[in-house]
Order: sequence, then structure tokens, then C-alpha cells
Amino acid sequence: MNLTLKIWRQKGPQDKGQMVDYKVTDISEHMSFLEMMDVLNEQLVNSGDEPVAFDHDCREGICGMCSMYINGEAHGPDRGITTCQLHMRSFKDGDTIYIEPFRAAAFPVVKDLVVDRSSFDRIQHAGGYISVNTSGNTQDANSIPISKVDADEAMDAATCIGCGACVATCKNSSAMLFVGAKVSQYALLPQGQVEAADRVMNMVAQMDLEGFGNCTNTGACEVECPKGISLENIARMNREYMKATTKG
Amino acid sequence: MTTLNSKVPKGDNLSEKWSKYKEHINLVNPANKRNIDIIVVGTGLAGGSAAATLAELGYNVKAFCYQDSPRRAHSIAAQGGINAAKNYQGDGDSNYRLFYDTVKGGDYRSREANVHRLAEVSGNIIDQCVAQGVPFARDYGGLLDNRSFGGVLVSRTFYAKGQTGQQLLLGAYSAMNRQIARGKITMHNRHEMLDVVKVGGKARGIIARNLITGEIERHSAHAVVIASGGYGNVYFLSTNAMGSNATAAWKIHKKGAYFANPCYTQIHPTCIPRSGDYQSKLTLMSESLRNDGRIWVPKNIEDVKAIREGKLKPTQIAEENRDYYLERRYPAFGNLVPRDVASRAAKERCDAGYGVNATGEAVYLDFASAIQRYGKEQAKIHNINNPSESKILELGEAIVEAKYGNLFQMYEKIVAEDPYKTPMMIYPATHYTMGGVWVDYNLMTTVEGLYCIGEANFSDHGANRLGASALMQGLADGYFVLPYTIGDYLADDIRTGTISIDSKEFDDAEKEVKERLDFFINNEGTHSVDYYHKKLGKIMWEKCGMARNKKGLEEAIQEIQEVREDFWKNVKVPGSLNEFNQELEKAGRVADFLELGELFAKDALNREESCGGHFREEHVTEDGEAKRDDKNFAYVAAWEYTGKPSEAILHKEQLEFKDIELKTRSYK
Repeated sequence: MNLTLKIWRQKGPQDKGQMVDYKVTDISEHMSFLEMMDVLNEQLVNSGDEPVAFDHDCREGICGMCSMYINGEAHGPDRGITTCQLHMRSFKDGDTIYIEPFRAAAFPVVKDLVVDRSSFDRIQHAGGYISVNTSGNTQDANSIPISKVDADEAMDAATCIGCGACVATCKNSSAMLFVGAKVSQYALLPQGQVEAADRVMNMVAQMDLEGFGNCTNTGACEVECPKGISLENIARMNREYMKATTKG
Repeated sequence: MTTLNSKVPKGDNLSEKWSKYKEHINLVNPANKRNIDIIVVGTGLAGGSAAATLAELGYNVKAFCYQDSPRRAHSIAAQGGINAAKNYQGDGDSNYRLFYDTVKGGDYRSREANVHRLAEVSGNIIDQCVAQGVPFARDYGGLLDNRSFGGVLVSRTFYAKGQTGQQLLLGAYSAMNRQIARGKITMHNRHEMLDVVKVGGKARGIIARNLITGEIERHSAHAVVIASGGYGNVYFLSTNAMGSNATAAWKIHKKGAYFANPCYTQIHPTCIPRSGDYQSKLTLMSESLRNDGRIWVPKNIEDVKAIREGKLKPTQIAEENRDYYLERRYPAFGNLVPRDVASRAAKERCDAGYGVNATGEAVYLDFASAIQRYGKEQAKIHNINNPSESKILELGEAIVEAKYGNLFQMYEKIVAEDPYKTPMMIYPATHYTMGGVWVDYNLMTTVEGLYCIGEANFSDHGANRLGASALMQGLADGYFVLPYTIGDYLADDIRTGTISIDSKEFDDAEKEVKERLDFFINNEGTHSVDYYHKKLGKIMWEKCGMARNKKGLEEAIQEIQEVREDFWKNVKVPGSLNEFNQELEKAGRVADFLELGELFAKDALNREESCGGHFREEHVTEDGEAKRDDKNFAYVAAWEYTGKPSEAILHKEQLEFKDIELKTRSYK
């Protein structure tokens, strides 16, 4: 199929940036969206132009690196997938496709479609861990029985890949789904309960400091999340936060 | 010339070596650790766990990764699980059995003492990860669940759905975060190591490029740890992440670290087949699928043709017209034979014309009988008498979904077929590299103060890696081995003081790095970097792939040299130096692959035997199985760089098997 691409080009964080038109031809419906971008970039390099910078790595939907806004949706039109899992069979011959970076104040553009998501890392530094030494002297794993239901729910929360689609799609650029998932994982497990109050307080404080907006329960994040992280995690984080602030 | 000394502790029983070693090494006083810097390159399971542990011990750690966050290291993509000899199942597992299975599974080409140590610490890894909050699968009693994997007869694999690597990496990442918050790890995201700096023969720092600004930086330390993963992307198409590269490992090789057994590359049997020439990478489906999936191709060639032409569906082929070739050839292990055996068996059937997709490179992985079995079992559990066929399917599919749901979803997204209703198509693809930088028992390379851990080193997996043992090795090295061994070395460094970056050695290394980058930007070439990478990949797959022969390997060496020569004349890299430039990043990496590929072929040519992932067509038994030659090749081939890969000098580390008798591997 033949397509018209309208792609956001921006040289660096200070550059103003603009949409630029490109044409690609002979695109197979079996290609992934990123392979289609590879075809475009090969074309650009061969004609002496600069290829479009975009983040991608594992190309199997798990590393969370790919981060495009396609036709106004994070990771494009299909549900429950990342951009690398989007295939060209989701488009039609002759389509015009708009491709932009994830936009949020806390995700500044590095170049073209690449954004800086290190704010997520800093939220994790603020408390996204259990304080246990890596000594090899921890107690036997089976001495901490965990109900299957809790373990499975913790796993569902832990499935978050930190791609930032929730932020990109939220009208408030809120990171509550991401932070909620992290807080939930530990809230559901017996390990790390000792520091649970500090954890949620510190992570939420860092989230605010990074410039993410608040949650107004629109639910767009849940719809766009490639890993199906549920809004329930935001509710759980709010409960944990409430518990922490009313403690003592 | 450096001599090879494995430094395996002498004398003691194998099972006592590691504990005795730990009791006798030199320790560094906590107050002195504060004055010692360690660089860790790569933040996957090995690098991440090492960085966290070293920082926790009190060293100052400078960690580097090319991704935007350590959490994106490719360890995150590992699916199936991690082995540990916990014997929670009571099915006869023990440290010795895990050790035995690993040495046998590696076709007797790994180092006994290292593997035994790996088995010994495996249980600790699970305890550690659980304490960190890794949500492993549990049974209804709240205890940890296990599953089995290829090549073994016990159930020792711990898992977190099909995302075990992700959860273990996030565990190591969280441990790192704790140390970053404490200021003990300085994290350098989006940085690439482009050379190691040696001062007085010791590794004392690195030259790195800030991938956002393009700035070339100098970083010094008392020791350098390379944990940069494998070199599978030498094939262009592999299951590795697109950015996975060999640069750090290859650069230290050029600076004196020997490179061992590069020809040992694992071709993983259960990947989604290639669909066209545009393809950028291959996707792995966890080997755990083979617990429940049965592998087959049609018995009759007419059926194969009809399937390819779309006139027949696989579900229409009667049971008696299917060839479950693994169950037929290897009755004891069936679909659970090790990866090298399963891969070659698939190739054998496809080469014979029985491949079931358009390219003729696919076999079926069928879950129909598992769905039936689980469905009937569930009906009994739920007291449903005379369940209808659709009820059985519904109940059975629910169980399969709980076990492998994300893998099935992934398959459906890529292939656009529902694997619950029709068998999956799979084919082998390059996955994991067992070869790598040569290290001694301390995990130190042939350069003093330069360590190499995880997939980037060579020591534990031999010629073939059993499923769920890569994660085990990465975390064992990082959490429990290196933190001891590196202390023994650093105990001599407590009075050294900070290593200056203003020295001739740093000047020279930086100059070399800059000249190379300048060349790429200024070269007026005609072909893109990918053009060369694809060319190299094609040569590697065709001549150094699942089966190799003398003629092909000699041709490969010649052809790789030609491609490399052309690359240095005609490669074109757009953009400039001092900016985010992904083409420039790729150019440096492909330049290294173009050298590594040649050494790979040379190593494969030298190894006149078949073992594990290395299958020489000249060395087969009468029934077509790999034929090992223990008399002449029970050694590690460690190559010394001399300026040209084809002129590398071979050093041999003779492997000793005192606790295990060398036997022909049979899974029949």
C-alpha cells in the first residue's frame, strides 16, 4: 500500500518543530508500524536526508521504549498493544497517518519523536522499591506465603512497562496510572509493608514535583494502556495515600 | 603474552570450592570501600544486580546503559522462567542435579566449578527476588509454583506468567533505584561505552558517548565491569532488541581481553517465522510453550502443498497423518528436548520439504490436545457431568490462557491468527550467545581489573544453554558472585586514591574514539548502515547458522572481509556528531559486528566437531545426531586479538570433568 505520513520533526528540545509530509510506497500489510518507519528512514538516508529519530528497542511489546502518537492515539489505533506490535494491516491503502511524539510537560522532546521519560525513573528513586539488602541471606522464599489472588493482582500491576502512554493520553498529563501500578504492586504484597506509608507519600510528592497533572477519573489512561493496567490501581494508591496521611 | 589461568580453587571437593574460596578471600574495610569507584557497563539482570549490590556494599558505582532507563535492558524480554534447585516439588531436585543437567545440557563445554557455584547460589536468587517483591506465580496454598523446561526431568523453573525476565529485571532495577536514591549509584542513561582505558596494564576507566548531546566523556574507576549482553545481532535478524550490540565486549577484546567460543550461538526453536525481506527482527515465543504444545508437520508431502496453497487447514489433517517428529525421534524427552536438538529437528523437516508456511520455514506447535486435556480435567473439578465439546474447549482454553495468555496474544498480534483455534507456526531463530569474553573463576578477563558478567561472558552454559538458566546466571553473577570476587582484587587498591582522567592513556583512548566517529560523519558513502548489517546477517545465517561446514565457513570469512572493506569505503552516515544521532550509533556497532562475525566463522572452522549450538555437517553420527570429539576438543577456544580477526591467536583452556563422566548426550 501507499501512504502519506505527516511526521513531527524537531531538531532538539529548543527547536520549535513542525509537521513534515512524507510518502512511502509498497508497504506490506504484514509489516509492523516500526518496520514501515524503517522503510521511510532507509529512503531518507539514501536520498541524503536525516532519518526520523524514534525510540524503539525490543520490538516485542515489553521494553516500553517505543512511544509514538499515531493519528491522535498513543501507540496508534489498536487496543492493548505498543507501537512495535501495531501492524500495517490496521491501515488502508492511500491513508494519511499523523505521527507525533508523546506530549507532556514532564516528557520534554529530545528530538523528533523521542521524548525524555526520566521523570518516571525519578519517581521510582523516591520509593519504588523494597528496602532489602542484596546479601543472599534473605529468608526462604516459601516462608512468606502469599495468596494466589494477591500474587496475581500484584503481578497485574507489576506488568506496567513504563511506556508513558497513560501520561500522553491524559488531558491532564497525569502519571497516576503509572504510579498507582507501582504503589499497588507493593501494597498487595506482605514484603515492604513497613515502609508503605513513606513509599506512597514520597512517590506522590515526586510525581507532583515532576510536573505531572492530577487525575480527574476520565479513564483514558486505562483505555490506552498497552498492558491493561486498571484504574483500580489509582483507587488503591489513593487509599494508600489516605492511610498514610491519616496515620497516627 | 597473557597466559590462561582459570584460577579455579585447587584441591577441594567441587561442592566445597566456592564456600572455602569465600572464607579465604581478602576483604575491603567498609571505610575503604567509600574510596573505591567501580564502573558497570550495562544494566540488565547481570549489570543491574551487580551495580545494586556493589553500591550496597559501599563502593561508588557509576552505571551506564544505552537505553533511556535501566528498566529497558533486554533481560526484560525473557519470558519463561528462572531455574533454582529448591526441590519444593519433591521431585528429586538438588544442587548436584541442577549442576549435572547444566553441564550435560551444555554438551560438556562449560567450566565445572563455575556451573557448580551457579547451582549452589540458585536457591538464594529466588529468596532474594521474593524479598524484593517479585510476584512469582503461586499456588492456592500461597506457596511458589514451578514448571518444567526443556532438557530436564524435574520441575525447577520459577516464573511470573510469561514475563519472568521483566519481573526479575524490575526487581534488580528497584534495588538499583534504592542505591541511586542513596547517592551510591550514579546512573548514566543514554550513554554508550566506546572504549576501555588501561593504565599500567589495569582497566581504569572508559570513554563513553552521551547519546543525546554527542559529548565524549571520560570516566575513571578502580575496576570496570562489562555486563553488556550477547552478540546475537551479528545475524541482523535475531530475537535480541534492536539496540543490543557487542561494542563494549568487542572493544575490550581489542584491548587485550580474550574472546571465547564465539561460534556457540543458540538457535531457539520456538520463534515466530520470518514473513518477508523487510523484517527487522524475530520474536521469540517462550520455550515453556513446549510443556503443553505438541510439535508436528504433516506426514504426507501432498498435505504440505495443500496447506501452503491455502486449500487445507492444519486442523483438517487427521491425527494419523501428522508427524510428531520430536516424540517420534526422542521418546524420553519428546517435545521437551533441549533447544539445539529441537532446532535442528525442525530444520531437518523443513529442509526435507515439510515446512508449512509460504517460505517453507515453519512447523506447527499445537495446543489442541492440551486444551482437551485441561478442559476435561476442569469439568471433573467443577463437577460438570457429560460436558459438551464447546464447554470442554472453553474450560481448557481458560487454563491455557492463564498459563501462556500474553504469548498467545503476542502471536495473534503479529501473525493475525488465533492460536487457540489453529496451531501456531514456529521456526528456529538466533537467540542467545553462549560464547563471549573469556573470564576466570573470579569473572575477571585477561585484563587486570576488567570483569565481565552475564551473557557477555562465556563460562557457564557451554555449547548450548538450557531454558531458564540465562536469568539464573545473570543474577548469580551480579548479586552473589562478583561482589565477592571483585573485593578480593580491590583489597589491593585501597591506597590508590581517585584515578585521574587527565592522563595520556585517557587522551589516547579519547582521540581514537573521536577519530572513528569523525570518519563516519565525514565519509562520503553511498550505502546505509543497515545495508551492510543485512549483508553480514545473510552471510552469518547461511554459512554460520544452524549447520556449518568447512567450505561455507571459509567462504564466510572471505565474504565478511569483503563486506567490511566495502563498509569502510562506502558507508553513509547522515547528521552530525554533537547531537542525538541513531545512525551514528548503529554505524559503530555494525563496524564491530563486521569484525566479530569473522572471528565467529574462524572459531567455527577451528572446532572440528559438533557440539551444542555448533553443528558441523562433517561431524555427525549415523542417525544424524551431533558428534562431539572430547579427545581433541574438550577445550575453551579463547582468541587473542592481533589486529585482524582472521589472524587472532588461539589459546586453549583444557576443560576438566572430574565429577561428571563425559557421555554422549542422548534424549531418546
